[in-house]
Amino acid sequence: MDAKVKSACETCAHFNADGLKKLGINTTNVDFVVALAGNPNTGKSTVFNALTGLRQHTGNWPGKTVARAEGGFEYNNQKFKLIDLPGTYSLLSTSDDEEAARDFILFGKPDVTVIVADANRLERNLNLVLQILEITDKAVLCLNLMDEAKRNHITIDQRTLARDLGIPVVATSARFNEGIPELIHAISEIANGNIICKPHRIKNVPSNIENAVKTLSEEIEKEFPKIPNSRWIAFRLLEGDTQIINALRTGELV
Amino acid sequence: MANKSIEHILELSNELRWQIGDDFHDNLTEGIYADAAQIVGDAVQVDNSKKRFRLDRQIDKIVTSKTFGFPIMFLILATVLWLTIVGANYPSSLLAELLLDNVHPVLKSFAASISMPWWLDGFLIDGVYLAVAWVIAVMLPPMAIFFPMFTLLEDFGYLPRVAFNLDSLFKKSGAHGKQALTMTMGFGCNAAGVVATRIIDSPRERLIAIITNNFSLCNGRWPTQILIATIFIGAVVPPAFSSLASLLAVIGIAVLGMAFMFLVSWALTKTMLKGEVSTFNLELPPYRPPRFWKTVYTSLIDRTAIVLWRAIVFAAPAGAVIWLISNIFIGNESIAAWTIHSLDGFGFLLGLNGVILLAYIVAIPANEIVIPTILMLTVLVTGIDGGSGAGVMFELDSITATGDILRAGGWTLLTAINLMLFSLLHNPCSTTIYTIYKETKSLKWTVFASLMPVVLGFIVTFLVAQFWRIIF
Repeated sequence: MDAKVKSACETCAHFNADGLKKLGINTTNVDFVVALAGNPNTGKSTVFNALTGLRQHTGNWPGKTVARAEGGFEYNNQKFKLIDLPGTYSLLSTSDDEEAARDFILFGKPDVTVIVADANRLERNLNLVLQILEITDKAVLCLNLMDEAKRNHITIDQRTLARDLGIPVVATSARFNEGIPELIHAISEIANGNIICKPHRIKNVPSNIENAVKTLSEEIEKEFPKIPNSRWIAFRLLEGDTQIINALRTGELV
Repeated sequence: MANKSIEHILELSNELRWQIGDDFHDNLTEGIYADAAQIVGDAVQVDNSKKRFRLDRQIDKIVTSKTFGFPIMFLILATVLWLTIVGANYPSSLLAELLLDNVHPVLKSFAASISMPWWLDGFLIDGVYLAVAWVIAVMLPPMAIFFPMFTLLEDFGYLPRVAFNLDSLFKKSGAHGKQALTMTMGFGCNAAGVVATRIIDSPRERLIAIITNNFSLCNGRWPTQILIATIFIGAVVPPAFSSLASLLAVIGIAVLGMAFMFLVSWALTKTMLKGEVSTFNLELPPYRPPRFWKTVYTSLIDRTAIVLWRAIVFAAPAGAVIWLISNIFIGNESIAAWTIHSLDGFGFLLGLNGVILLAYIVAIPANEIVIPTILMLTVLVTGIDGGSGAGVMFELDSITATGDILRAGGWTLLTAINLMLFSLLHNPCSTTIYTIYKETKSLKWTVFASLMPVVLGFIVTFLVAQFWRIIF
């Protein structure tokens, strides 16, 4: 509990109204469920550890992380349960990891999805970010490894990025606990509905595909008026994803 | 009612899928990348004074280019092998002189002075000690050169580029592009290569990578290839070109192994392991000048020492077994001689001989001891014993002397070529087999991965032998 103060915000009474409690693995009676997604090797596990106070093994060997890690924290008297999804580059292909990550975001319906991205390789990381934003509209981008980006002379205009993506962007260096309080604040704001995201939707698709997607998603919305990701489901149906077809039949998606 | 409209949606999606065609997945992926590029273009600024990234890109343009990618790969492989072959000679003969010419007689006379019984003396000193000494003298120098060079390339960041170059070939054979990485790991040690397949997510493609890893010539087989090529292939051409010819022969075998890897992967995806190729992003990490001495040190500790230790652990009992089967007699023939004579017929069909086949049975625990076993058994059969007695691996002062023994054992150029082929195409060593079982947890696939290469080896050597005998 007595974590060292790393940021001025952490001591600010206004910012930290009722304090942050790292709950470790104690995740009973939670108010919100938060998913942690991102490419491999972006420091996802470090962010997870920083938020929960746990010491999950942070290895550099993709495939070693098998089990889904869970942990919790308490902020302003609300309990958050955090789920560390396997690191993936995409949600479009066939591997177990990608399916596990996608299924959780799609069927687990987390209250907030934190997408951890490597600030040094943002363009490649955006591939996953844009796919997640098609599925959920409650997300925050955690721009991690800012210390390395600084060393590599990379500057990122967070405001422009946040505007283009339509979600909050928080810069962090999780290894040094920098930006973590701000990240927690953003998570809490989205979970409580104080920030409404207007996520970016994939634009650069040929017009024949765009038209097909539009036709299909309108039909889907007619049937399921409250569905948040009709466009993404249309993408998956056009791809012939049998899992999604079954989920549509059983009504799991709504 | 609800079901009806869902079916309507699904029908509509089927219809639309036909209209938009096959490129949908690619188009969508491209769309995502185009969006990402736009967003990054607006939000990210990179200071141009940072030159490392740009130099990286220049290097990558060359080493992963369509024209130069493969030649550079083979050139680097050839350089590493050449340095290993040439550089290992001197320390190897030095070690052999020390362990075989100097220490061995001392041990013998010590055993005599405490009047050790002849069988214990033979078992321990002529069996166990000589096998271990041979392994150290022959294997340590090439490993101490090969592994650090390999690790330096790895640290520099070259291996992911190799994977990049080979990716399309692997994809065409229905396997995963990351198999290129596990293949290069296999060039060091197949057991390590099998463990490394954990980086492949799809179980189907991982199984393919595990089964075909044995086609990467491992560290235990490089010395065999190099030695036999030097003796027999090098002798075919004028002396000035002999080291070049043997180098090319060894590279030829390594490339043939890769060809078999593609072929078998392809055959598996067409028959037992059908399925889609999964896409993946391959990270080309920035080049980093390796920290030379640290790399050399860690690769000596992590790789050389471990592999050498393993070789010694397996060579010792194998040396003992060799000594035993050469000295236990049934009737008036030793077990070894009896086995060799019964295997000779089958061996002839394969262009090999009974000695080689028995050696491969004895050497299942470690490929490293194939050549010493062959030499020892050849001596046993031909009766040229250099005065050391049955089942004793006696000292080989030079490569020429080794060649003379093998020729006395009836070896021809065909035997040499087929031995090199069989060394590439035979069962994995017992450590690798055990590792395959641990990783797949399947008896069926372990047995398949162990037997398939031997069967291939029988077929290939048989065909080569028949054609050879028709032509010459």
